[in-house]
Amino acid sequence: MVSIVFARMEQQDAHTLDGYTRSEGYSGLRKALSMTPEAVLEDVKASQLAGRGGAGFATGQKWSLIAEGFPRYVVVNGDESEPGTFKDRQLMERDPHQVIEGSLITAYAVRATRVFLYIRGEMALAQERVGQALVDAYAGGYVGADIMGSGWSCDVVLHHGAGAYVVGEETALLESLEGKRAFPRIKPPFYPAAKGLYLQPTIVNNVETVSTLPWIIRNTGETYATYGAGRAPGTRIMCVSGHVKKPGNYEVEAGKITFRDLIYDIAGGIRDDKELKAFVPGGGSAPWLFPDHLDLPLDPGPVGAEGTMLGSGAVVVMDETTCMVRAAWNLVRFYSHESCGQCTPCREGGNWLEKIMYRIENGNGRPEDLDLLLDVGETIAPGPFPHASNKATGLEAVPFPYKMTTICFVGPSAVVPMHSALTRFRDEFEEHIRLGACPHRVAVGSGVHA
Amino acid sequence: MARLTAKNLERAKAVVRRYPVARSATIPLLHLAQEQDGHLTTEAMEHISELVDATPAEVLGVATFYEMFKEHPVGRYLVGVCTNLSCMLVGSDEIVEHLESALDVKVGGTTGDGLFTLEEMQCLAACGGAPCLQVNYRYFENLTTERVDRILDALRHGQAPEGQEIPPHGTLSRVTLPVPVTAADRERPEEIH
Repeated sequence: MVSIVFARMEQQDAHTLDGYTRSEGYSGLRKALSMTPEAVLEDVKASQLAGRGGAGFATGQKWSLIAEGFPRYVVVNGDESEPGTFKDRQLMERDPHQVIEGSLITAYAVRATRVFLYIRGEMALAQERVGQALVDAYAGGYVGADIMGSGWSCDVVLHHGAGAYVVGEETALLESLEGKRAFPRIKPPFYPAAKGLYLQPTIVNNVETVSTLPWIIRNTGETYATYGAGRAPGTRIMCVSGHVKKPGNYEVEAGKITFRDLIYDIAGGIRDDKELKAFVPGGGSAPWLFPDHLDLPLDPGPVGAEGTMLGSGAVVVMDETTCMVRAAWNLVRFYSHESCGQCTPCREGGNWLEKIMYRIENGNGRPEDLDLLLDVGETIAPGPFPHASNKATGLEAVPFPYKMTTICFVGPSAVVPMHSALTRFRDEFEEHIRLGACPHRVAVGSGVHA
Repeated sequence: MARLTAKNLERAKAVVRRYPVARSATIPLLHLAQEQDGHLTTEAMEHISELVDATPAEVLGVATFYEMFKEHPVGRYLVGVCTNLSCMLVGSDEIVEHLESALDVKVGGTTGDGLFTLEEMQCLAACGGAPCLQVNYRYFENLTTERVDRILDALRHGQAPEGQEIPPHGTLSRVTLPVPVTAADRERPEEIH
């Protein structure tokens, strides 16, 4: 298996400056500083690197959108909290200098002089590891004034959040960084590259994205693009969790493998050799896939055509014992809980979805609830809603995008698990209502903590 | 239980200097106040509003938006169990039930001795080590009920559970961060090439 962004995961002292510089650390930045910012940008464009935060926007293209004017900023989004996703935390805890080096390469390419690393509030170890790395990097001349004798100066400011999923939305993150409630901004302007932090030109990149940059600069973007396949050049980290034998983060050449390879080979297969029932293919916001989709390659093209996305690269595997109502309710509860409250359809609708699904799961559902769920979903995301195909029934996939009545994707994300589970397993919902109880309760645990 | 102490005021001023606009320091300073008092007091939030050039209501508005800020006292150890999908699939409900009975509190409650507050948390980005919990935002993964008992036992005896030292609630990173050397609103980086 190829190891690019995870190259130092076996190295116990990779989080120290000594350990990092011993394994090519900061040599990517050194090389970048010997190039012009334009050449660095061109190299990143040639790599075809796409953002790893979820949206998958081409990194080089994002950088080239940066507006004229100073000051301009780079913000690194380390507010990882998409359900099922746990790669950025590992990168920040175990290879913090790589995050710093990548963010400096970004700043140099877009001519910014200050980087803000926004780390999720709940990640105390990541904050300490990146914080100590920053102290050491300043002392070593890798950050701050006249970096590595190049004449270029750039500061990196470490910022901690305080618990809010919506901060992962880049304009909400900027509001949060400005010291406000994390309300996503109304678009347009669509890109922080035009108006970002303090309404200045700003590049917002994910932790995994910037962590890939030192390798790309050291080995050229062209080399990076030779890895992977299809619309997924390079490598990416897939986070596999749930009912698998070997849950974990795996760096893969995405387009070259299928979900079957990932779940059954790399992650060891289903726990206790049970049957697969459903899986989340790209974080909690991604519509679900099912056993008939296992042979899809991890490529945004075919996965998108199948009505879902690779998103943050988080695959959550559910075996045959899993109650689909309960699993979907759990995710709906998350998005309902994380609504910032700005948009009525999300604030009220998410809450309705959660309450209705909770009562179905707990045996108090009514037959009309199923249409009510879809109706509430329509209020948040009107029109055809993305879902996967079903070979058995001949149902065709509905691809993205969805329409939305909300400023950001949190509202529609509450619809996703409900819609996926109900479209595929309507009979299971009906069984709950008919029995007045959850038929799977014993298999997934007895307690309910709403 | 009041405004920031003289020592913390110095720390606060250093935090404000990291940002081009003082108000950006609001969240870091709320963390600092919570480190000082264990939770947020009205006086501390008023003090912060003076330092970040905002109104007390604006600071309170920020404090109440974010989950980690507590406007009321909590236990010395905030025990937060992730109950999101990946953890639920592998038994986080049993972990919550076990903690409720071991601590004799319901989720959201604080033990009579003021040592523990039990919370459910949203996805903690530890799905590969599910089920997981945090004590004051320090991770414990791949939990069993036996391990939970050992963690609680260590904390009750003032020891570091599994070798992981847990500072009192409110303390996050213990690293003192560098003060920026450049003026963020002035440089013209294009001049170097």
